[in-house]
Amino acid sequence: MAKTIGNYFDELRGTRVWRSVFRGGTGSSTLRRSLAIQQNVFLHLFSTKVRRRMVGLSATWYLGTLTFGTFLILVVTGILLMLYYHPSVPQAYADMKDLQFVVSSGLFLRNLHRWSAHAMVFLVFAHMFKVFYRGAYRPPREFNWVIGIILLLVTLFLSYTGYLLPWDQLAFWAITVGSNIASAVPLFGNKIHFLMLGGNLVNANALLRFYVLHCMILPLTAILFIAIHFWRIRKDGGLYAQQSEPKTLAARAAGSAAAKGAQ
Amino acid sequence: MPEEKQVIESNEFNRREFFVKLGLGSLSIAACGTAVFAYQFLSPNVLFEPSPIVNAGKPGSYPEDSVTLDVNSGIYLIHAKEGFFALSAVCTHLGCLTAWKPELGIIACPCHGSKFKRDGEKIEGPAPKPLPWLRTWVSDEGDLMVDRSVTVRPMEFVRV
Repeated sequence: MAKTIGNYFDELRGTRVWRSVFRGGTGSSTLRRSLAIQQNVFLHLFSTKVRRRMVGLSATWYLGTLTFGTFLILVVTGILLMLYYHPSVPQAYADMKDLQFVVSSGLFLRNLHRWSAHAMVFLVFAHMFKVFYRGAYRPPREFNWVIGIILLLVTLFLSYTGYLLPWDQLAFWAITVGSNIASAVPLFGNKIHFLMLGGNLVNANALLRFYVLHCMILPLTAILFIAIHFWRIRKDGGLYAQQSEPKTLAARAAGSAAAKGAQ
Repeated sequence: MPEEKQVIESNEFNRREFFVKLGLGSLSIAACGTAVFAYQFLSPNVLFEPSPIVNAGKPGSYPEDSVTLDVNSGIYLIHAKEGFFALSAVCTHLGCLTAWKPELGIIACPCHGSKFKRDGEKIEGPAPKPLPWLRTWVSDEGDLMVDRSVTVRPMEFVRV
């Protein structure tokens, strides 16, 4: 009897190398499938089982997932753009123009980075509106809302720092205006302005500082808080869906409503 | 007397607590040191920025009743009837470079619409303060000099 592709795959899964990487073992029993999740470094954060409804389109609209998708596009295209971009005053603008007109696929990657950045800010807000209007921020998910606020700020700071890097007139004046807003902070305003720019003017130090923030510090912060955000989704009872609201909460809400009605 | 014994025990010198306090204390001192270290590291000690003192050239090159903007240094040199004066061209709102509008006889900011008179006085707009007058003098070589880091009271004209 001729072997099917499935047979070959089963054979591969039985080999010593495969078994050393994926220790869960073969077979499709519930135990094996649970182990496959538990013993994977990326998946072990998640519950081994979720309700089908929780991962359905209706429950999420995929807004958070789409936001994460734009973030992944931004990381990949951003790393590629870094290969042609020097964060220095004489070169930054010329490198940006080279990416547009000289580098193969440079225009595509730069535009992908730019449009994804715009889309990410839009999607973060859409995601937050959705969470707010559906009441998904309520207990037990209130801390994940706070993590979400941190991620909103990181997204906005990433947008802001990236805005300076083309080093054109728009970038220069936008950062001049933005950094002067920071100096309106009471008492420490001018110090914050000075530390942020590494000087009194938007100059070489400011460009380098914004580059380091944009390419290292803020993306690492984002990854850390995204991991916490995703982990908390599952630990706080999965994605929010109206039907999954705990009975105790529903009862409490009904109780307080009844108490108000009685008064 | 078990009660008496307990009192003695609570007054006893507690080695574990002492070391915990010592450890936490040194950690907090180290944390303060790190904050100072970080602040000092992030503040540059040498700045490669243009000098605040600008040589604006011979007074004769500015005709009377004229407003001249130097884009690079961000100052207006104004030759009024009373004499010369220099005005900062940087908007007091959020730091944009303003522009002289000869047809209207005002200084206007392109960013958020602040408007100023020729002597820096605010007409309207989000700008909280008038444009400051900058220290101006005539050098030994007869050039007009402006120090952008020193503001003076308005109406201190330089006569040549």
